[in-house]
Amino acid sequence: MAQTQKKFDTTASRLDGVSLPECGAWSRNARDAALARVREMGLPDRRDEYWKYTRPDTLTQTDAPEAAFFDGDESEHYADVDRLKIVFVDGVFDVEASDNLALEGVKIDRLCAADQSDIHWAKEIYGVLEERGQTPVERPLAALNTALACDGILIHATGEVSKPINLIYYHKSTSSDAILHHVIKLDKGADLTVLENGPAAARFNKVMEVEVADGASFHHIRKQGRDHERRAVTHIFARLGEKSSFKSFTLTANGVLTRNECVIELTGDDAIAHVAGAAVGDGDFHHDDTVFITHDAERCESRQVFKKVLRNGATGVFQGKILVKEGAQKTDGYQISQSLLLDEDSQFLAKPELEIYADDVVCSHGSTSGAINEDGLFYLRARGIPRPIATDLLTLAFLAEAVEEVEDEILREDIVARLTGWLERRRG
Amino acid sequence: MLEVNNLHVDLEEEDKTILKGVDLKVEAGKVHAIMGPNGSGKSTLSYVLSGKDGYEVTGGSATLGGEDILEMEPEERAAAGLFLAFQYPVEIPGVGNMTFLRTAVNAQRKARGEEELSAADFLKEVRAKAKTLKIDADMLKRPVNVGFSGGEKKRNEILQMAMLEPKMCILDETDSGLDVDAMKLVAEGVNALRDEGRGFLVITHYQRLLDHIKPDVVHIMANGRIVKTGGPELALEVENNGYADILAEVA
Repeated sequence: MAQTQKKFDTTASRLDGVSLPECGAWSRNARDAALARVREMGLPDRRDEYWKYTRPDTLTQTDAPEAAFFDGDESEHYADVDRLKIVFVDGVFDVEASDNLALEGVKIDRLCAADQSDIHWAKEIYGVLEERGQTPVERPLAALNTALACDGILIHATGEVSKPINLIYYHKSTSSDAILHHVIKLDKGADLTVLENGPAAARFNKVMEVEVADGASFHHIRKQGRDHERRAVTHIFARLGEKSSFKSFTLTANGVLTRNECVIELTGDDAIAHVAGAAVGDGDFHHDDTVFITHDAERCESRQVFKKVLRNGATGVFQGKILVKEGAQKTDGYQISQSLLLDEDSQFLAKPELEIYADDVVCSHGSTSGAINEDGLFYLRARGIPRPIATDLLTLAFLAEAVEEVEDEILREDIVARLTGWLERRRG
Repeated sequence: MLEVNNLHVDLEEEDKTILKGVDLKVEAGKVHAIMGPNGSGKSTLSYVLSGKDGYEVTGGSATLGGEDILEMEPEERAAAGLFLAFQYPVEIPGVGNMTFLRTAVNAQRKARGEEELSAADFLKEVRAKAKTLKIDADMLKRPVNVGFSGGEKKRNEILQMAMLEPKMCILDETDSGLDVDAMKLVAEGVNALRDEGRGFLVITHYQRLLDHIKPDVVHIMANGRIVKTGGPELALEVENNGYADILAEVA
């Protein structure tokens, strides 16, 4: 009990200094409720079941630890894709760098503007999906985000959106602490692609709530930037209607701390949810994918494909769960988490979970960690391919199952090119 | 071309000597065959020459065109012109056969200070060579050896050989796991590569491969040594009488 009390005391003192942004009634209610959730749950500490492998202290402490930002040359992300750009610098909206927020098939608002009105469509989702996602596993940093987010983008897709929306997050200050909260609503049959890129800040707390109505399709590609010292905790909360589809892929290269949570509820029959990630890092890189998929309807399909390449003592974490509720018959669930350890100092900690209450389902999961296949390496070298290039080829091959989750060829090739670049820069 | 002198090799992990003084000289333009019972050291010889880990050379030498290959990395040996057709070609999921071939061809050209092949030239060449080996476009696109039948894997080895144009080819039990038709196809591929400037070392258990790839010289290997050398008739002798007579004779 003493520990629990300590946790609540720590939380209370952390929250003492905070003040909620100025805002209208709907937002005020959501934020007050979220703050109450945080107080009730307490901020995470290492004794929490879901924080055993990842230290939350630098994410919960009042000030963001300093983080240098990557300042080198980098080719433009999604350069070949016609897209609507929305730019944040250290979590602050950059009106100059952003496109006009008008696009066919979609209505886009900024949270800080919508906040001021007393009523907004986002009320039905903002903090609502996040709150649903708190059971059975608590995610206090997401509730903290709901309470404190200064800005974010509210996207309401009513039909086929003519081009992808690109959220760009620059990191330009060593001490920035950014909290963004996006709400995305897809009406029946709508189709929307959201592209994200960039590290955002020295410390970044982001929540994205996504409501996907019947027959709608949501595509999401994210690249978390090349900064190494930055920290990020991100949550995606999605609720899927009948025959809807949600597909999300994340590329993470570098970062001393990344915790990407994804919480998906399949509430309509025949819905599809695919979440995938490729993460590569070395040294004090720490990357955590925590996924929770709930099947609460019939004939839904879910896939989790997570691959990590770890070098020089890097750490990878995977906590993935498939929960199949009673009555969710004909569920097809698949989960794979694998790591390639390029040396003996690196480690991969995995906790795959299945919990099934329906009797006619197919669920499979697998988790492995291993080194480069020596036979494969010799075979390639025996054909004249030098060891570093052969190692990179096998590493990319290892990541392929995750990268192939990106359906668009241009986007997929861009991901492969960035992974190749990352590997090439580390060739001995 | 390939000269092996008094080669002694131990297995690294177990304290076991596999090769106990192998002497062998394969001239350019010639096909040498090595036959021998299981465990005689035939495959070990092919692995040691191509640079596989796990073996320790405790004595002797091996040179290719006068260059000491035992000190070279496997990729350097390949660039110097050595090629091993694997008994068990390795499956490499996630790496496309075409990507693999092109990376290998260009890595070798680069190592030799030659210009890399353009994508178009490479494609033209690979298609022509694949066709003669009855390798279809689908096999070229698939990941290296993944889901290939035994015959497809061996044909894929020969395609690599044809693309890489090595000086010295070692075929390690290329006939294993092949039916007669598949073996013929592989043998035709090998025969098409026979050339005055190229040496072959064909390792096999059976005479039947040598019906299709006619050797100039046949060696019998037993207990880590070459115990007898002769012409093609030696292979027939093995086929008819087994190894027992020859081994008794040299014992």
